[in-house]
Amino acid sequence: MSKFIIRRLLTAIPTLLVISFVVFAILELSPADPVGNLPLTIPPEVRAQIREKMGADDPFMVKYVKWVNQFMINEPLNILEETTGISIGNSEERLRYISWQTRSPIIDLVIQRLPQTLWVVGTSYLLAILIAVPIGVISAYKQYSIFDQVGTFLAMIGFSVPTFFTGLLFIIIFSVNLKWFPSVYDTTHKVSISDIDSVIFQLRQMFMPTAVLALFFTAQMSRFTRSSMLENLNQDYVRTARSKGLSEKYVVLKHVLRNSLIPVVTLIALGIPGIFQGAIITEQIFRVNGLGQLLIIAIQGGDLPTVQTLTFIFAVLIVFGNIAADIAYAILDPRVVYN
Amino acid sequence: MQYFSFRKMSLLLVIVLVVGAFGVIGTASAQDDERTLNILYWQAPSTLNVFLSGGTKEIHAASLVLEPLARYDQDGNLVPYLATEIPTLENGGISEDLTTITWNLRDDIVWSDGTPFTADDVVFSWEFCTNPELGCSQVQNFNDVENVEAVDDHTVLITFGGPKPFPYGPFVGAQSPIFQRAQFQDCVGADAQSCTEENFNPIGTGPYVVEEFRPNDVITYVVNENYRDFPEKPFFTRVNFKGGGDAESAARAVLETGEFDYAWNLQVEFPILQAMEANGIGTIISGFGTSVERLIVNQTNPNPDLGDLRSVFEADGSNAHPFLTDPAVYRALSMAIDRNVMAEQLYGPTGRATCNVLPAPAIYASTNNDSCLVQDIEGANALLDEAGIVDTDGDGIREKDGVPLRILYQTSTNALRQNEQALIKQWWSEIGVDTELRNIDASVFFGGDPASPDTYQKFYADIEMYTNNFDGTDPESYMSNWACNNIPGPDTGWLGNNIQRSCDPEYDALVEQMARTADLEDRAALAIQMNDMIVQNGWMIPLIHRGAVSARRNDLEGVLMNVWDSELWNIADWTRAS
Repeated sequence: MSKFIIRRLLTAIPTLLVISFVVFAILELSPADPVGNLPLTIPPEVRAQIREKMGADDPFMVKYVKWVNQFMINEPLNILEETTGISIGNSEERLRYISWQTRSPIIDLVIQRLPQTLWVVGTSYLLAILIAVPIGVISAYKQYSIFDQVGTFLAMIGFSVPTFFTGLLFIIIFSVNLKWFPSVYDTTHKVSISDIDSVIFQLRQMFMPTAVLALFFTAQMSRFTRSSMLENLNQDYVRTARSKGLSEKYVVLKHVLRNSLIPVVTLIALGIPGIFQGAIITEQIFRVNGLGQLLIIAIQGGDLPTVQTLTFIFAVLIVFGNIAADIAYAILDPRVVYN
Repeated sequence: MQYFSFRKMSLLLVIVLVVGAFGVIGTASAQDDERTLNILYWQAPSTLNVFLSGGTKEIHAASLVLEPLARYDQDGNLVPYLATEIPTLENGGISEDLTTITWNLRDDIVWSDGTPFTADDVVFSWEFCTNPELGCSQVQNFNDVENVEAVDDHTVLITFGGPKPFPYGPFVGAQSPIFQRAQFQDCVGADAQSCTEENFNPIGTGPYVVEEFRPNDVITYVVNENYRDFPEKPFFTRVNFKGGGDAESAARAVLETGEFDYAWNLQVEFPILQAMEANGIGTIISGFGTSVERLIVNQTNPNPDLGDLRSVFEADGSNAHPFLTDPAVYRALSMAIDRNVMAEQLYGPTGRATCNVLPAPAIYASTNNDSCLVQDIEGANALLDEAGIVDTDGDGIREKDGVPLRILYQTSTNALRQNEQALIKQWWSEIGVDTELRNIDASVFFGGDPASPDTYQKFYADIEMYTNNFDGTDPESYMSNWACNNIPGPDTGWLGNNIQRSCDPEYDALVEQMARTADLEDRAALAIQMNDMIVQNGWMIPLIHRGAVSARRNDLEGVLMNVWDSELWNIADWTRAS
């Protein structure tokens, strides 16, 4: 098993290098211009100069090597220094990878954005798992019951109604008409456990974006759990378990559920990188300004360094998400053995 | 079979959900702090160093902290800020030969860190921006400036390379503020890129200082206790400047939920705004500056068969457009457009029909072209018939010398613009002109990538549409955009503002004359003459004079909508009605 993990981690390195090069090459071909959104009152000569000073006109390979150096070597060293307090080499002179839009290190932006995304997207993912699995189990066990019908109906809604619509609907109902929840997320709000008001405020402002996303995630996961359960409920081993006289609870929760969860766990593990990517549309609607919003603003502003870095970070998470899913398989399913 | 309680389980599930959902509802909404001002810009500021970013959002956000020597007020008049008065010829501030301007600075100004503001900081701001290693986005404000020197601690002398009849470019308006030398002296040139801390928290003389800057998200300001009018002003002790989202939801946050006090640049179709305003929570405010949505008429031939000569200007006229340079054609195209219908249907009170490229300030606005305000399809048809541009092959499209009047009409992707395109295509079809519409993503269309065929500078189309304007109130450099030497082409890397590629020695002579004329009325007459040449020669077809639209909550008082400077220019005077 540990051999398998090491092998997977080692193959991840060339994979990620190839991904980074491809991402870089694709973005290099994009016609987006970092000065394209500036007002027309800024003369073209000045724009050309700004581009040049940003390094936007450097040749492709120069930019790529710069990025590899700054992102893969300098930034990890910086993080190491900051966390351990040891200074390695000439840390003052070390160049950090800078965003064109903000002229600040991209890693700092990512670190600044991560809490919002984890609060909102992460919570909704957890919530979705907690809701979806029981719903899926009950729906499958009582197939075609009222509960199943209602569950199917809600899942269909969650599936087919896009988040920009539910988000808007929530704002109109809960912010405009009822005035229960704020429609704009306050990213500067600091939560402290001792201050109950701050916790309540955080829960209130999280409610709408979390609910919108949880509805979407729940729909997916509950359908998946249901079909996986249905498949197992009709298996021979279930009949055997029942005929042995095991209690119904034991049969369903120990035998059927455990086997049914294998594909569900894979789905959940593969979805984890998605949490870090944020939810571009939902973040935009509620102004959560997490990683998704950072990415979309960078794309709109032609801020290629930020787009490259974020895309690459997501690629890393996806590769590791895959490894995690494979490991989870082995743990859950004794039939799976890696050599 | 043992009883397995799904009923209990589902009941539990429902309870958890309900508690989860409604347990978080506290009181209706948190008590708004009366002294906190909440501003919403749906485009979030990326930095506060306006020399590194030319964006309007950054200029506005920085104007709470950084100040220029003088600003424009809501009517476009100059108001001294860090200077004691506006230098003029009469008070001796401008030299007789128009080559120097002397600013006297107030001696009671201190930076937010408590150190005195001096002429040396003004000199530094000039050095800072004009350093060629910086890539300063506001360097055009220092055009023709030869030297800036501190005569004494509170006197600044600016010397121009030649006579400068309008010397209010440097250090005037929100786009040309003063930076503190002590803070930025180690951030000059290329080093400015890595001065993140300084760029995000500039020390200024304005009413607020930055408490926290989160790029592309939110800025928190607190009151500057060293501000010259403190503690009388400003009224608001904190400003929360939130960014992100879209224009429509920004309008909603002010006009429908009242969560924010002020929202900027609400480019939303007007009926939607009006319905929101009907809630009685907020008010829509608008102001008209110099922005004009116009059609640019290509004077050169964009035919793809020409290869490298596509849309390239040749001084001998050999590459002229096959039909758009014909007076009958461009006049007919303009006559066929019903600008009032466009303004009413698409813009509401936020745009009005115009026949001028230069519609404001009032003294520069021409009245010689107003006949275009009335649509005249019949007249346009008659004009084309008379000129012999008729449909010869019976396909419903007119031909000039065998070339059919087929127009490729491009603009940036934007719902409003696509509606305008559809209207114009319809009207032109009524005069026998066939129009093909095209829209290009704004970051590509307005981007300067010389390798892209889709930029507005390359102009690989017959007609294109966008809005242009200028900073401040003086149109001299704006009007000089359309001189012969400003034509973009392959030899200049497609740089240049004369997008339509018009070249008329008479126009160039007027540009030169304006650069030598100091008297305001003479300058106005020249500007009007140039505007009329542009319109009457069909280089551009003006459509809509566009207003800036923002919204404020009804209890926010003191807001004076300003299109000549930052909209937040007088934020120190804003108060909340009790």
